[in-house]
Amino acid sequence: MSAAPLTSAAAVPVLEMRNISKTFGTTRALSNVSLTVHAGEVHALMGENGAGKSTLMKVLSGAYTADAGGEILIDGKPVVTGDPNKAKENGIAVIYQELSLAPNLSVAQNMFLGAEPSRFGILDRSGMRSQAEPILKRLGLGFSADTMVATLSLGERQMVEIARALTTNARIIVMDEPTTSLTTRETDRLFEVIASLKAHGIAIIYISHRMEEIYQLADRVSVLRDSAYVGTLERSDLSAAKLVSMMVGRDLSSFYKKEHSAPAGKKAVVLSVRDVGDGRRVHQCSFDVHAGEVMGIAGLVGSGRTELARLIFGADAKTSGAVALNGRELNIRSPRDAMDAGIAYLTEDRKGLGLFLDMSITDNVNVAVIGEDARFGSVLDFAKARQRADKAVSNLSIRTNSTSINVGALSGGNQQKALIARLLETRPKVIILDEPTRGVDVGAKSEIYRIIDELAREGIAIVLISSDLPEIIGIADRALVMREGRIVGEVKAAPGAPIAQEAIMTLSTGSMTDKVQEEA
Amino acid sequence: MTTIQTESKAKNKARLGSTLTALGMLPVLILLAIGFHLLSGRFLSVNNLSIVMQQASINTVLAAGMTFVILTGGIDLSVGSILAASAMVGVIVSLWPDIGMLGVPAAIGVGLACGLINGMIIAFLKLPPFIVTLGSLTAMRGIARLLGNDTTVFNPDLPFDFIGNGSLFGIPWLAIIAIVTILVSWFILKRTVLGNWIYAVGGNVEAARLTGIKVPLVLLFVYAMSGLFSGLGGAMSAARLYAANGLQLGQAYELDAIAAVILGGTSFVGGIGSIWGTLIGALIIAVLSNGLILVGVSDIWQYIIKGLVIIVAVALDRYRAKGLSRT
Repeated sequence: MSAAPLTSAAAVPVLEMRNISKTFGTTRALSNVSLTVHAGEVHALMGENGAGKSTLMKVLSGAYTADAGGEILIDGKPVVTGDPNKAKENGIAVIYQELSLAPNLSVAQNMFLGAEPSRFGILDRSGMRSQAEPILKRLGLGFSADTMVATLSLGERQMVEIARALTTNARIIVMDEPTTSLTTRETDRLFEVIASLKAHGIAIIYISHRMEEIYQLADRVSVLRDSAYVGTLERSDLSAAKLVSMMVGRDLSSFYKKEHSAPAGKKAVVLSVRDVGDGRRVHQCSFDVHAGEVMGIAGLVGSGRTELARLIFGADAKTSGAVALNGRELNIRSPRDAMDAGIAYLTEDRKGLGLFLDMSITDNVNVAVIGEDARFGSVLDFAKARQRADKAVSNLSIRTNSTSINVGALSGGNQQKALIARLLETRPKVIILDEPTRGVDVGAKSEIYRIIDELAREGIAIVLISSDLPEIIGIADRALVMREGRIVGEVKAAPGAPIAQEAIMTLSTGSMTDKVQEEA
Repeated sequence: MTTIQTESKAKNKARLGSTLTALGMLPVLILLAIGFHLLSGRFLSVNNLSIVMQQASINTVLAAGMTFVILTGGIDLSVGSILAASAMVGVIVSLWPDIGMLGVPAAIGVGLACGLINGMIIAFLKLPPFIVTLGSLTAMRGIARLLGNDTTVFNPDLPFDFIGNGSLFGIPWLAIIAIVTILVSWFILKRTVLGNWIYAVGGNVEAARLTGIKVPLVLLFVYAMSGLFSGLGGAMSAARLYAANGLQLGQAYELDAIAAVILGGTSFVGGIGSIWGTLIGALIIAVLSNGLILVGVSDIWQYIIKGLVIIVAVALDRYRAKGLSRT
């Protein structure tokens, strides 16, 4: 670690990727992509899902070998590609979306996993600890090297990943959507750490879909589209319109679609929730949702929004309160009961809790209704299933060649649409959407907003849980705000005046008294 | 026009892919058969193939049940012991005058009952399948010995002996039962709602619950199926031997059944696999046993070779599957 990396870095970029292509069978995942990154810069990499960002990073980390003709230069010298160990030696570290820590081991053990300091094969525990502690201190972390990873929060685990990268003297750190599962506070902490890494001359390649983060962090932004390099913007040229049009290749005039109108006067209450709680993370939550209304639920990650949704849906057992649909009280003890009553729930974790990745699109769309369609009580009706799947593919514009391919092979946005299709097949009266656009690219986002708008116009009551405030402001008629397991306020949109972002922020962080805040 | 073409191409490719996975081990089976024929000169005779089918039949039936269980991500270690207990009950009931035929339904009933008990403990008490069935492996072995006072029970006039030794149009009854078992399993797994639920539970149990699938019922069903097929296996064993012994019968059968399922390409964590693969897996194991004897390999070396073949075959399969999915 020499003292003045910044001056020399301007001349020779720390990383240069030239004409990188990657072909899988007949599919071109990358074609002639070049990328230049300087020491001490945060270089954002943007693009829709499937644009080739992850593939490019896998080439960088050595997980994939680039096709002939491409080369990677570190400090201006060409290096071997396609070897993860060589890449590590060259100072490249990747922090993946799915964290790769062993929860049953300590922080220090995780930091040195695979490169444990040892003497004659005997683990040098004290050496490991004494090497780990300064790094943790440097990152300003509040836990010791002996802490078990299982006891850490997701944000802290991410910090351990970064600490691990520093043990190998990484000079180029790739962060793939690092804030997806972090709270606001943890995100701030991460940004501080990124700033300090920058100051040490470490280059950071930052992949994210969130515009605010890009504005806050990036020195330069490179955009990929359809496996190809589109261009790079300097910080001074950054604008949302420019970035979005680079990513989608066309202008998005009306990104948020809101043609349904907030129910005027007294419209029928569809879902009525009274004093629902689980005695631990959700307390006495009450609200009504009307037919044809989109009601947002805002709040910080961990404020109990998902937990509340799961209680209503019967995924977890509630200890208090009642749920009524169209004025009739329901006795919901399992998701099956909720679905039979007409409540659908879109999970925030579509891969972990939603989809069957090894099953076809058809199977995934139909799984909740195959019982209904079956002949002689239990024999599958393939024709009917195919019909439903074809209809879903065309109605929700799921992009695929065939409905018989595995849903796992689709891009994030199309997976999400397939999951939404499954809910719609059950003909719900209420749909609870939990982070429906998380990890979804811009184009698919706009399509999901269109779908939500259409459903509202059909008279379905929609509950939209989201951490993306512009999204709530863009498509919801009003928003509840949750904090620490309680509903702490409600913010309404009025004709001509959208929901106020500041009102949501103050309510969700608790920097105002807990009273109902109404915008008129 | 072109979109339709590419669409049908993609469909064909998908179909080809799934056929290839289902038939993954078929080339190995064919190669083994040809190899043994070249070495022994009589492997592919009608007579010997009939013997191989008989040898494969009981394991095929057990492995069919095991396929249901492993598809949900579970395991059933108790099939060998259940088979022994069922066979004991089958032979004992067959000794009752005039109504000896009831031995068959009695054996199957005992198997079903054991499977239901396994299933209830696993599904409703939510205990790990490995532990529960390890327990019943031991307990059922004890019960099997208890049933015959730890001796072998004989019935030289077994009323259902045709199952074990007779044949229909030249095909042994044992083999016919095994084939019917496979067909029934195929129908349940691929053509019924329940089958779809089994794959869903194995693929992602929490997603299955959130989709409204009654996961405990699915689990209860698969262990009940495995028990029922073990009971059927018990009846088949008893019919073949005219006898049953609580101590020796069915020892380590669970291992052969699991090996057949895994050889057949079913994923050990559940969600992926097919009953045809299991049939091929069971045939490979039978061909190996029979072929090695024909070639004159000693008993000790048979064990070693069988074990190695299983490992190598599965390794090859994984390697090939990786190549397929990476397109």
